[in-house]
Amino acid sequence: MINTREITVQEGSTILQAARKAGIYIPTLCEDPELTPWGGCRLCIVEVRGAKNLPASCITPVRQGMVVETESPAVRHARRTLIELLLANHPEDCLACERTGECVLQDMAYHYGVRRTSFAGKRRSYEIENGNPFIVRDMNKCIICGLCVRVCSEIAGLSIIDFTNRGFNTKITPAMDLPLEKSDCVFCGNCVAVCPVGALAEKPIWGQGRRWEVKKVRTVCPYCGTGCSFDLNVKENRVIGVSSTTEAAVNGRWLCVKGRFGFGFIHHRERLQMPLIRSPYLFSKVTWDRAIDVAVGKFKAIKSKYGPEAIGILASARCTNEENYLLNKFARAVIGTNNIDHCARL
Amino acid sequence: MNKNAAPAVEDPNLILIIDRYRGRPEQLITALLAVQRYCGYLPENVMRALAKELRVPFSKVYGVATFYSQFRLRPRGRHLVSVCLGTACQVRGGERIYRILKREFGVRLGGTTSDNRYTLETVSCVGACSMAPVVVIDEDHHGRLTPEKALRMIKKYE
Amino acid sequence: MRSLIDKCCDECKHSKETPCSDYVICRLEGPICHSDQVCAARRRELLVRAVPQPGFGWRKVLVCGGLTCGSAGAFGLLHVFRGEMERQGLGEEVSVALSGCMGFCEQGPIVIIEPDKTFYRRVTAEDVADIVSTHLKDNQLVDRLLYRDPQTDAVCPTYSEIPFYRSQMKIVLEHCGFINPEDIGDYIAAGGYRALTKALTGMSPEEVLSEVKKSGLRGRGGAGFPTGRKWETARKATGKQRYVICNADEGDPGAFMDRAVLEGNPHSVLEGMLLCAYTVGSSEGYIYVRAEYPLAVQRLRIAIEQAERCGLLGENILNCGLDFNLHINEGAGAFVCGESTALMASIEGNRGVPRIKVPRSTEKGLYRQPTVLNNVETFANIPKIITNGGEWYASIGTERSKGTKIFALSGKVRNTGLVEVPMGISLRKLIFDIGGGIKGGRQFKALQIGGPSGGSLPEDMLELAIDYESLTGAGAMMGSGSIVVMDEDNCMVNMARYFLNFTERESCGKCTPCREGTTRMLETLERISRGEGSLGDIPFLEYLGGVIKTTSFCGLGTSAPNPVLTTMSYFRSEYLRHINDKRCPAGECVALRQFVIVTEKCTGCGACSFVCPAKAITGKKKKPYRIDQDGCIKCARCYEVCKPKAILRR
Repeated sequence: MINTREITVQEGSTILQAARKAGIYIPTLCEDPELTPWGGCRLCIVEVRGAKNLPASCITPVRQGMVVETESPAVRHARRTLIELLLANHPEDCLACERTGECVLQDMAYHYGVRRTSFAGKRRSYEIENGNPFIVRDMNKCIICGLCVRVCSEIAGLSIIDFTNRGFNTKITPAMDLPLEKSDCVFCGNCVAVCPVGALAEKPIWGQGRRWEVKKVRTVCPYCGTGCSFDLNVKENRVIGVSSTTEAAVNGRWLCVKGRFGFGFIHHRERLQMPLIRSPYLFSKVTWDRAIDVAVGKFKAIKSKYGPEAIGILASARCTNEENYLLNKFARAVIGTNNIDHCARL
Repeated sequence: MNKNAAPAVEDPNLILIIDRYRGRPEQLITALLAVQRYCGYLPENVMRALAKELRVPFSKVYGVATFYSQFRLRPRGRHLVSVCLGTACQVRGGERIYRILKREFGVRLGGTTSDNRYTLETVSCVGACSMAPVVVIDEDHHGRLTPEKALRMIKKYE
Repeated sequence: MRSLIDKCCDECKHSKETPCSDYVICRLEGPICHSDQVCAARRRELLVRAVPQPGFGWRKVLVCGGLTCGSAGAFGLLHVFRGEMERQGLGEEVSVALSGCMGFCEQGPIVIIEPDKTFYRRVTAEDVADIVSTHLKDNQLVDRLLYRDPQTDAVCPTYSEIPFYRSQMKIVLEHCGFINPEDIGDYIAAGGYRALTKALTGMSPEEVLSEVKKSGLRGRGGAGFPTGRKWETARKATGKQRYVICNADEGDPGAFMDRAVLEGNPHSVLEGMLLCAYTVGSSEGYIYVRAEYPLAVQRLRIAIEQAERCGLLGENILNCGLDFNLHINEGAGAFVCGESTALMASIEGNRGVPRIKVPRSTEKGLYRQPTVLNNVETFANIPKIITNGGEWYASIGTERSKGTKIFALSGKVRNTGLVEVPMGISLRKLIFDIGGGIKGGRQFKALQIGGPSGGSLPEDMLELAIDYESLTGAGAMMGSGSIVVMDEDNCMVNMARYFLNFTERESCGKCTPCREGTTRMLETLERISRGEGSLGDIPFLEYLGGVIKTTSFCGLGTSAPNPVLTTMSYFRSEYLRHINDKRCPAGECVALRQFVIVTEKCTGCGACSFVCPAKAITGKKKKPYRIDQDGCIKCARCYEVCKPKAILRR
């Protein structure tokens, strides 16, 4: 029974899962359905009748007949205190913070009406790490939820970052507290995708636009045949960044460095916008029809002069399976050659 | 061996230590303790080698090394002076001895004197409460100390 | 047969590979498999040499090898004794051995002579010749080394007459201090491994479990979970392997009972673990010892090695089909590793961060397998329970807390050391009868029980009968059983600050309330002890402490506010003095105290100026000195050395 509603869920479910199934909101910071449970942020505490303390709903399994309250006075009071504790060790930077508008901590403070922290005292002071082209790390904003650590080990399988030190001095860093670019980080940016606050941000988008100014356009990654999809962040008709989404059927929120950060070509001034044909020394712009005609003509000429075996075809790793299939048909059925290969074989 | 120079990973004694734990990630803490016993601290290159040989991410080796208070990432002086600040030592003036030693050495917590003679640390409790306040120098426990006695005591460690 | 554990002659076929189930009994009553007067006589002789009995002529000098006595010079005494005995021509009728901690640390170095039960205190190398000639040769007591009861001034020639020992009831500590911890033969001679033999040869695991359940034994590590129930759950749980872990990560400042047991009688812990392994069906065990206890680690290594050699650890123990291997894991300095799941994380080579407790570690613990984790004292109780029966144990103690408990007395109490008393004894009896009251005739103020998780109790709580529930009810906690006594010179705000400083430093950083909250509480306490507190700080601490207590991840966090909350409820006026009057009544809060020299009383001896480490006291000989308040570091050295009491602390 949650908030006087009777709820039946599968045995072994947590209180949080049961509440979500019933559409009851419980705030969370360190929980992620795709990662192992952690139970550290304590924001998801609830009141369970008969329990001495307030258990964390993300790691407490339901029991038959359990009576739970998610917004009792004690719970709200404790949650407000926890939010204040986090804010006391968090820069008051919401005005210029990249995450504003999408920040879980900000949303929670709003939801529970926390305007300021009543805990004055020491704060962490780390340098903002800005030395690589992909990820900006501001560990002063980190709330030690550990989502990035779990993503790096459970999803990326790399464990580049981990918790270091302990207690108040706990900090999430690569080994030896080196900057990311001096570690073995591959900059997949999946840690950025799960960071609930502004501790990790994509550098390309930094200062380029507010979250609400951005139009999200779902697209499929052009880089390889995996077919990951993600949202292009478009502001004033320009792509300023990429954000991954749980709705992506193939990849969910997880991307690689190319998909997440490799969109610079879109508006690059050297990007080819239409076909070019080279006369001995010069490129000249032509229409697609003309370009295809020229290609067809050359293929035919080679084939009739030297035979189909003179033609070889190399498929790109950016082709999808369907494209590769068509290319195969094209080589064997249309041209009549078995000379076909794929660059991914190298 | 010289306790201050960064040891080469090729040091045969270190190789022996690493060999003992090769491929056994659960032995990380034991291995780090063994390395520290030998080197006096945990040099970066040895931690890197341990990570590789035990099959543990390097970040985890560093995470573990910074979690436990016994591990030191920097070389220490010839003598380790640990002032006990357990409860009993506290009520019998342990903190005062700590302050005075800090002043005498001119170092901060965990610091090493410029002549490389002493490293000053504190410890939560060494379980010698009945002889409080206690200072442990290397492996000797000195109890029932006063600031003067403590100052005299450290002079004996060259 | 050089020692008790060896074979008497070639008839004895016991070895690691071919174990004999009568091995232990044979050592005590044997030989069993053959009859040979020579073998039997030699066995009896070795027995009385290990544990001397009156009337046999064998004597044993036991030099306390506990840490306190050892640091005070006892380690050296061993050689002095040997040399002196040789010089004075004593034969092998007297042996000398280093024992474990005898408990009465205040009087160290202690030397006990058995079977006379003589207790010599504060023994130095110069006294040894006297003991050898007067006591060992001429059978006279060395009077000046005997203990005198400070109350009655009566001489106590034997330890059983000393009030400190008289009021105790030693079950776990029975042999601690009276046997050589580095010799398994001593333990066997004192009846060790009999419980194991009894269980393996005559009891089913269910029967052992039933005795443990009947005994009512509860975990001695702090939380007091019923041991029998824990074992039962692990026994029923399914898994590839079951583990038995001994928690020897005694981290509470002020606690040293586990250290004493490990250093004084390590085999009792091994035997307890073996009995547990037999009950739950485990073949792998770990002892997690903190690295700050190198002697305990060393003694455990010796004990394990000897037990393996005797076939009491390893495969097919006592030919009864039990396999059990024991490993030592050294901790690396993290208080939170005393928490069961953090300890398991640490054994697996991880940061000692507590893990999710569902399902419980008895079902999915170390390496996700069923695991029993008990602390040193709990395991050391088990052999006695099996030997004497669960009902015997349950007859000691109170309704819900059975048996005895070891307490570590320290602080301003006269008799610092280890005491073992039945549950239910009053705090007053413990502090004043056994502990001998407060040092230097000062006034008792409070006692802190249970370390950083416990609480401070005032004088009017002294009648409290000690058990798990009564202490929790008072806002404190049994914890591991450390008791630090404070007198009027100790400031309770400072005490609370000290403990919070400890937990703040030892917080693992996993959960928000403990990581951030303890820091904020500590900052507030520091402000109060600097005289910068405000009246709002008290409700603030109560409110924040309440949230940390109810929302933290593990026991370290949920109990961290206890010292603050108890001192605020029992000693609120002291907080108010700090806040309102900017004064520390006990004079312990450094920032709030001042030392001044009363000119009229000062004789101008210059002692204060001589000891001042800050060179802040100036003056001319025979003229009143003065203290430069800006330079003064408030160390109180001048206050302590001033003979005419001319220095005022305020």
